[in-house]
Parts: sequence; C-alpha cells; structure tokens
Amino acid sequence: MTLALETRAVVKKYPAGAGTVTAVDEVSFSLQRGEFVALVGPSGSGKTTMLAMLATLLRPTSGEIIIDGQDLTSMSQAERTRFRRRRIGFTFQANNLVSYLTGLENVELMLRLNGELNAAGRKRARELLVLLGMEERMRALPRQLSGGQQQRVAIARSLINQPSLVLADEPTASLDTERAFQVVETLANLVHEQDRAGIMVTHDLRMVEFADRIIHMLDGRVERTITPQDDLVCLADPAACTVIPMDTLGFEGAGMAEPAG
Amino acid sequence: MSTAIHLAFREIWRNRGRFLLFSMVVALITVLVLFIAALGEGLGSGNREYLEKLNADLIVYQDTARLTIPSSRVDCTKRAEIGRVEGVRDVGSIGFASVSIPMGDGDEPLDVSLIGVEPGKPGEPPVVRGAGLVRRGANEAIVDRTVAVMADLAVGDQLVIRSTQGNEDELYALQVIGISDSRKYGLRSSVFVPIVTWDEIRPKPVAGPGAEDPACNVVAVQLDDPAQLEPMRQLLQARVARIEAVDRQTAYESTPGYTEQQSTLTTQNTFALLIGVLVIGGFFQIQTLQKVPQIGMLKAIGTPNGTIAAAAITQIVIVTLVGVAIGSLAAFGLSLSFPANIPIVFEPRSGAMAVVSLLLIGPIGGLASIRYSLRVEPLVALGLGT
Repeated sequence: MTLALETRAVVKKYPAGAGTVTAVDEVSFSLQRGEFVALVGPSGSGKTTMLAMLATLLRPTSGEIIIDGQDLTSMSQAERTRFRRRRIGFTFQANNLVSYLTGLENVELMLRLNGELNAAGRKRARELLVLLGMEERMRALPRQLSGGQQQRVAIARSLINQPSLVLADEPTASLDTERAFQVVETLANLVHEQDRAGIMVTHDLRMVEFADRIIHMLDGRVERTITPQDDLVCLADPAACTVIPMDTLGFEGAGMAEPAG
Repeated sequence: MSTAIHLAFREIWRNRGRFLLFSMVVALITVLVLFIAALGEGLGSGNREYLEKLNADLIVYQDTARLTIPSSRVDCTKRAEIGRVEGVRDVGSIGFASVSIPMGDGDEPLDVSLIGVEPGKPGEPPVVRGAGLVRRGANEAIVDRTVAVMADLAVGDQLVIRSTQGNEDELYALQVIGISDSRKYGLRSSVFVPIVTWDEIRPKPVAGPGAEDPACNVVAVQLDDPAQLEPMRQLLQARVARIEAVDRQTAYESTPGYTEQQSTLTTQNTFALLIGVLVIGGFFQIQTLQKVPQIGMLKAIGTPNGTIAAAAITQIVIVTLVGVAIGSLAAFGLSLSFPANIPIVFEPRSGAMAVVSLLLIGPIGGLASIRYSLRVEPLVALGLGT
C-alpha cells in the first residue's frame, strides 16, 4: 500500500466578531492508495471545511496536508489550482456539471484544461462513461439526464485525469435510494480498481457500507475512526450499541435506517 | 481550440435562442445608432454640402452679418477690392435664395436653393454632364444631381422656376446646360444660375428687373497659396473694410442651426451608446449571477481565472459582433426604402465610427460581469461561499 494523503495537525480558524471560531482542530489522518473513506459527522463538525482544505480550496491556519508527498500548504494560488486540476478529482453535491456541455464534453473538459485532449484521452473518456453505464446517454446535456446519471458523469469527470485523490461531497444528497447505492458503489469500486484514494463526505448512514473506514468528526476534531464491518450493527440497532453514541454521527434518520445488503 | 473559446461557443450554441435574442437587442441599438449617425450626416451634409465642396479657400462676409449668409451683403466694389489683394488668385460673387420648381400633375413643388454665381469663377460647381455657365445674365442653369433626379431633368431640358415677386408668384424658364454632383445648401438641392440672372429671379419685395452689378451675399476667394489661409484671412480683413473672412468649415458651422442640430444628434447618439453599454452590461451581469454556482464549480475543478475571463470576453465579443452585423445590414436595407427627400446619408467614415463605438460598448458593458466572475469563490460549489 502507498500513502496517498496525510494530514498533520490541521487547524482552520475563521474570524468571528472580535475572536475566532475553530472549524477544524488538530486533525491528523492518512489514506492509502486504493482506500475509500467516509467522512461523517453532524452539521458544523468541520467535515466540509476539511474537504475544502484537502481540495486546496482553503488554506489551513496551521498544520500540513500532504498529497503524493507534496505539501499543499506551501503552494501558491496558481500552483494549488494546477495541482487541483491534475491530482484531485471532485464530485459535488449539486451543480456538478457544466450545463451547456454534454456528458462526454463535461468529462473531456478536464482533459482540455490539462491540455491532454487527444485521441487517447477521448477514448478513455468514452470508456469511463461506458464503464459507468452511460454509453447511451453520454451525448445528452445535463438537463436531459437524471440525477443519478449526472452524478455518474461527475464521477467519470473526477476520475478521467487519473487523480491521486478523489473527493466527493454528499454525492447522493439529491438521489433516490436505488440511485444513491449505485453511485456510491460505483465510486468505491473505481477507487479500489484504479488504485486512487477516495474520501466521501456523507450524511447517509446507508452509504458508509461501501467505505473501508469511517472518519467521524465532531466539533472540528476526529472523534474516532471506525470500520463499517464493526459498527453497522451498532448503527442499525441503537440498543445494541455500546461503542458509538448514534446521535453524534450526524446521520439523517440513523435510528430507523436498515443497513444495506 | 482553446478551452475558453470552446466553453464560450458551446454555451452560445446550446443557448442560441437566448443569445440570438440578445444579439437582436444589440442589433436594434445598432440600427438606432446608425440611423442617428446617418441622419446627422444627412442633415449636416444638407446644410454644408455646397460650402464644403466650394472651390474656394476663404469666404468673405459683410462684417456685421456675424457669418449669417442671408444677412450678408457684399457689393461689387468690395468684390473688386478683395480681388486686388496680393495673394488672391481669383474671386467670385455668390448669392443665395429659396425658390421652387413646379412639378405638375398636382405634385408638391420641389423647393430648391437658387445660387447665383459668376460664370467660370469660384462658386460655380464643376459639371459631371453638360457644360458650365458661360454667359453673364443668360437664362441658363446648372442643376445638381438631386434636382435632376427629382425633377426628371436632363441637359437641354427646360427648367421652370417659381419665385415670389412682391405679392405674386412669377415663373422663369431656364435651360439646363449642365448637371453637377449633389451640392445641397440649406437642406435643399441647388440650381446654379449666373449672378445677374439670380438677381432677377430671386424673391424680392417689389417686382422688378435685376441690377447690372447685383450685390451678392458672400464672395468666394481662391488663394495663390492655400497653405497661407490664416495670414491671408487677416490680410484681407486688414485691407478691405467692413468684411469678415473665414475658411469653409467655419462658414458652414456658422450656418444658422447647424451647430445646434449636430450637437443634438451627437447627444442622442451618445445616449444611445450609453443605453447600449447598460443593456449589454445588464444582460451579462444577470447571466453571470445565474451562473455563480457553475462558475464556482468550474474553479473548484481547477479552471483558471484567465480561462473563465477569456470565455466571458469571447461571448461578449461574439454577441456584440453578431448584433452589430445584423443591425448594420438591417440599417442598410431600411435605408434603401427611404425616399430621397429624407436626409439619411450613410457616410463610410461616420458609419465606421458608429460601428467601432458599438463594438466597444460590448466589452465595456461586460466588464462588470467579467470582474464579478473572477471574484466568484470556488467554495460556493461546496456551499461554503456566496
């Protein structure tokens, strides 16, 4: 296993009135290539801020973020933009696609931005979309695609540049159950198969079964790291849970949810 | 194709209805601006054309006339004095009056400027067909091209002029011996006759024959060295009493109402261009506001600011170019349907200036939206920014 990501005592503070608010407090963890991790926690726990820092969209107040051996915190704005374009794949909760580009053009956009839109790149984009079950719809515009199809195109776009790190922010937020499972399972499988490192922020308890690890954040800190195998039973049956207080996980309707599969 | 151009063209093509609609708004502004410019040119040309094309370097007025042609009287003695000043090559008396040409068949008469000139002297226009004036006091005329077209006259035809003498309208028959290019004065096409003939025909409070040596309104002066305009102007004023000499531009700019008319039209055009800036700016600003999440997402996946700005500029330029092209063609097409008596003149220079101004208002109007795009935080894609 190769180390893809390492965070060392990462802190992010925001000015608030006369003082500051600490959104992320001394967070340290690491990710191996081929590992898919779910980042969970209630609203305000700092997970989205953490994701934004991993995506080089925010600078940490202190600490280090190292991806593929490169410290992001010492990079200039232009270097971070270039790094993000080449080494990080991103899937958002919504507004994922450029509305006036077809699915295929959205995927190819990443190749264009990196100056790699050649015959091989085009072929790779088509193959990736076929792999994601989009062979019939790759020339449709986003408004002609369902939410699940849009997210699959977004996943293809996040993977087309063969990034080291794939980030997904609530990728199933606007999807029904069936499509949500399809999307996350596909994302997890591709991260495993293509040997990327993947982090998914989610509020949906059912989706963590596809993660190799769950990093649980609370009040800006990593509360604990758990594995779905250990804890899905606990999550599904609060009465049997002796390890994790369910209400701290930040899952929507966690007490009623059934573990998938 | 660069990423910026690819994004710009794809967005325009996939939203072509919206962009075409906006190009049509730009086209309408273009038609408005071009027509105001053409009207300005037409009105200006109608007032100044004869004086602008005059084959003279200086125009001499009576000093108390304050450069108003109808108020100016320069008699033969003064004309001779002007001609004797060293450095003056030639002089010619010019008289102006308003008369009409009866059109027959119950049609409205054609109002024209009757301009009296000395045959072969400064003031007589060159002919494009026929011959120039030769005989002093002959009943011969040169008509400008517009009169020839509107009154259906050719060289050798008889031309009838109606002029008010006392309380009666009198008719005068003249023979057309030449046709000049367009030489409008006072927004009317012109008929040129010998100055003695002019003095006989011109409207007078009391009917009577013309004088042997009639007083004219102004004297056209040709110089030996046109480069010595200012020194010669001062020399003439010093040597000949009670005159004021000016160049052609000053002469036509002093035509009553000319400056006010041109200022009004320039103001209208400036406002039309300002409206264009605001409309284009407003359109692109609204479009940018609608696209904030998408711009945030583009930045979040690593699209450089330069690419986003270049795509926006490309779109603005394309929309403006298409709008200006459609508007220019529409303006040209519409102008063909206008009757000849409407003073609309599409002059290449003023038309080109209007088109360049219109092409500039797009980028100027879109600057605010481009600046706004550049300030969109990529964090909005994550819901962390606004």
